Amino acid sequence: MPENVSAVHLVLTGDPALFSIVRLSLIVSLGAALFAALIGLPLGALIALTRFYGREAVIVVLNALMGLPPVVVGLVVFLALSRSGPLGSFGLLFTPQAMVIAQTVLVTPIIAALSRQTIEDLWVEYRDELAAMDVGPLRRIRTLLWDARFSLVTALLAGFGRAVAEVGSIIIVGGNIEGFTRTMTTAIALETSKGNLQLALGLGIVLISIVVLISALVWGARRAGERFAG
Amino acid sequence: MSTLTRTRSTFIASLATGLLFTAASGVAQDKSIVVASTTSTQDSGLFDYLLPLFKQRTGITVRVIAQGTGQALDTGRRGDADVVFVHAKSEELKFVAEGESVKRYPVMYNDFVLIGPRSDPAGIKGMKDVSKALHKLRDKRASFISRGDRSGTHIAELDLWTESGIDINKDKGLWYKSIGQGMGAALNTAAASDAYVLSDRATWIRFRNKGDLQILVEGDKRMFNQYGVMLVNPTKHPSVKKELGQRFIDYLVSPEGQNAITNYKIDGQQLFYPNANDAGA
Amino acid sequence: MNLGASADLPIEFAEVGILVGGVTILDRISIHISQGAPTILIGPNGSGKTTFLRVAMGLLSPSRGRVTWGGRETSPLTRRAIVFQRPVTLRRSVSGNLGYALATAGVRRSERGRRIAELLSLVGLKGLESRPARRLSGGEQQRLALARALARDPAVLFLDEPTASLDPAATKAIEGIVRAISERGVKVVMATHDLGEARRLAGDIVLLHRGVVIESGPADAFFAGPATDEAKRFISGDLLI
Repeated sequence: MPENVSAVHLVLTGDPALFSIVRLSLIVSLGAALFAALIGLPLGALIALTRFYGREAVIVVLNALMGLPPVVVGLVVFLALSRSGPLGSFGLLFTPQAMVIAQTVLVTPIIAALSRQTIEDLWVEYRDELAAMDVGPLRRIRTLLWDARFSLVTALLAGFGRAVAEVGSIIIVGGNIEGFTRTMTTAIALETSKGNLQLALGLGIVLISIVVLISALVWGARRAGERFAG
Repeated sequence: MSTLTRTRSTFIASLATGLLFTAASGVAQDKSIVVASTTSTQDSGLFDYLLPLFKQRTGITVRVIAQGTGQALDTGRRGDADVVFVHAKSEELKFVAEGESVKRYPVMYNDFVLIGPRSDPAGIKGMKDVSKALHKLRDKRASFISRGDRSGTHIAELDLWTESGIDINKDKGLWYKSIGQGMGAALNTAAASDAYVLSDRATWIRFRNKGDLQILVEGDKRMFNQYGVMLVNPTKHPSVKKELGQRFIDYLVSPEGQNAITNYKIDGQQLFYPNANDAGA
Repeated sequence: MNLGASADLPIEFAEVGILVGGVTILDRISIHISQGAPTILIGPNGSGKTTFLRVAMGLLSPSRGRVTWGGRETSPLTRRAIVFQRPVTLRRSVSGNLGYALATAGVRRSERGRRIAELLSLVGLKGLESRPARRLSGGEQQRLALARALARDPAVLFLDEPTASLDPAATKAIEGIVRAISERGVKVVMATHDLGEARRLAGDIVLLHRGVVIESGPADAFFAGPATDEAKRFISGDLLI
């Protein structure tokens, strides 16, 4: 990526290095958000709808894990994936896959905690009616997930936002390798450390614009959806 | 959870793991090596110049992890890199002595420069003796930024204090700021606070936020910085790609590689001086 | 719609008591609910009418005593339905709500469209299919809840004060629907604190006060000549404390 130019210039000329790091940022963070949702939504639903010993403690811990420091997550995943670590034989360190893993760990508690709250609130509303309609546990979960979908999508967006904005974990497990594990945030960190502050700032604005765009798309989808359902 | 939900979750989990596996094995099989090097080497731009040439020659992709020297050597010790390319001879020899590498090859050297604000409150500009300059910094309690991150530059800085007869651990006060970060961050901090800092020449030339800083002391022989490259011991770490890694090393010390190093210039200035043939380097 | 006697009837309460957190909500209720004209539950607020309905529906198990449906100690909810005092509409459209009720009642997808149209006609909500259910007025939501309950094709229908917050016109509409379905053979068990409504709709009256059945019996006899003192005072409009 040329250094003496502004980020706008890079966007307008379609600089391939810039587009490749934007693409990687989106793939890694969207991938992590997706995996986090696959784990976090059922987990949140499970905690919301079942009673078990220690449930309140689990909820407190889950809510607290939303604030997991990314750099700590990065360090733990790094030690796990290192060749001399327990999962070293997979050779995943310093790859995009490692970044997806680290961000999934970071984002899952957010999605689980937010969906737990949303589903529990809706369950309190729906409980009597669903009982009166003799709705079994499986259908109950599907109904709650579907009827709460707008709030759950917001939770997903929160998770994605957290992932795409962080640098602490992916810079450790990914290594910020040029053309391979460099994302927008790690590139911003690098350019800042090289003193290319203008470029770093410009990249930051590009990143924020992309996130705003995604948020707007989700909002648009929601409005369209609302017009059809209740 | 009902059987259906459980089955569905297991399916999704295996799908996800499967994706990660295939991706990972794909990664392992392409022609690439991981080189652990230093942030100053990366920031100098040498890799951006050299690696495409190497790839053209051999088809091997080099993935550089840029860390502090200490961290880079640790990465080698953990077997997470195939080659280690740093500039701290004493640490490198220790690495070989530990059995983490079989042989160290000298490659090139560059030099350090002592940077400071144009106002130069300690009055060291133009001095030829770096020890005397450091004494003045200490005596005047001039604001000094240290990398503090076990990097080659940090170790060189510490060695310079020692050679000047100053016990920096005893003499440091609020004027000596150890930030634990890379060269770029140190220069940023120095520029923002009008402080003195020791930098490698290459990073300094490429640095874009110089502000009021300039080179005040250079050329003292003690400020030369030697680079060495090592293959991580494949006997100790079987996952190391020893053929590909050795080819990279062979390229660096070959006439072609050494020539390429000479030809790397910024603003017309040569940054690195090849010396692979210098037995004592 | 339902024809023929329900397997759940008669619903028999034998010395039923409900205790919640040490407080007695229902005490020694022994009541017989059989096929026929609506059974109307009356009594002041807090007398236990809602709890009674939940027990009769099968949503709440007695702390003491026994409930049987058609002689059985347990009976699946399939042919019973209930409309709660403050019904909760699902976050869907009007037809979405009905579709859901039909789906959970096991009605095939191909049948649902027709049934939805039928039900909307019956409760007078035709034309509001795609309106988000939460945007209906109070009266409309009550009617939707009624339609949702009827979607289950119940043999016994429990209603908890369905007209409590409605204006007279809406009340008349609901009462009309209740009368119509009762005439079709559905057993209606309804709580109300509107004596006039009780007079208009009842078959049988059950007067509850503080969790205890004060008096019960055919409506005509009850209103013409109440046996107990409390019943007399209640009918004449006194507050029963």
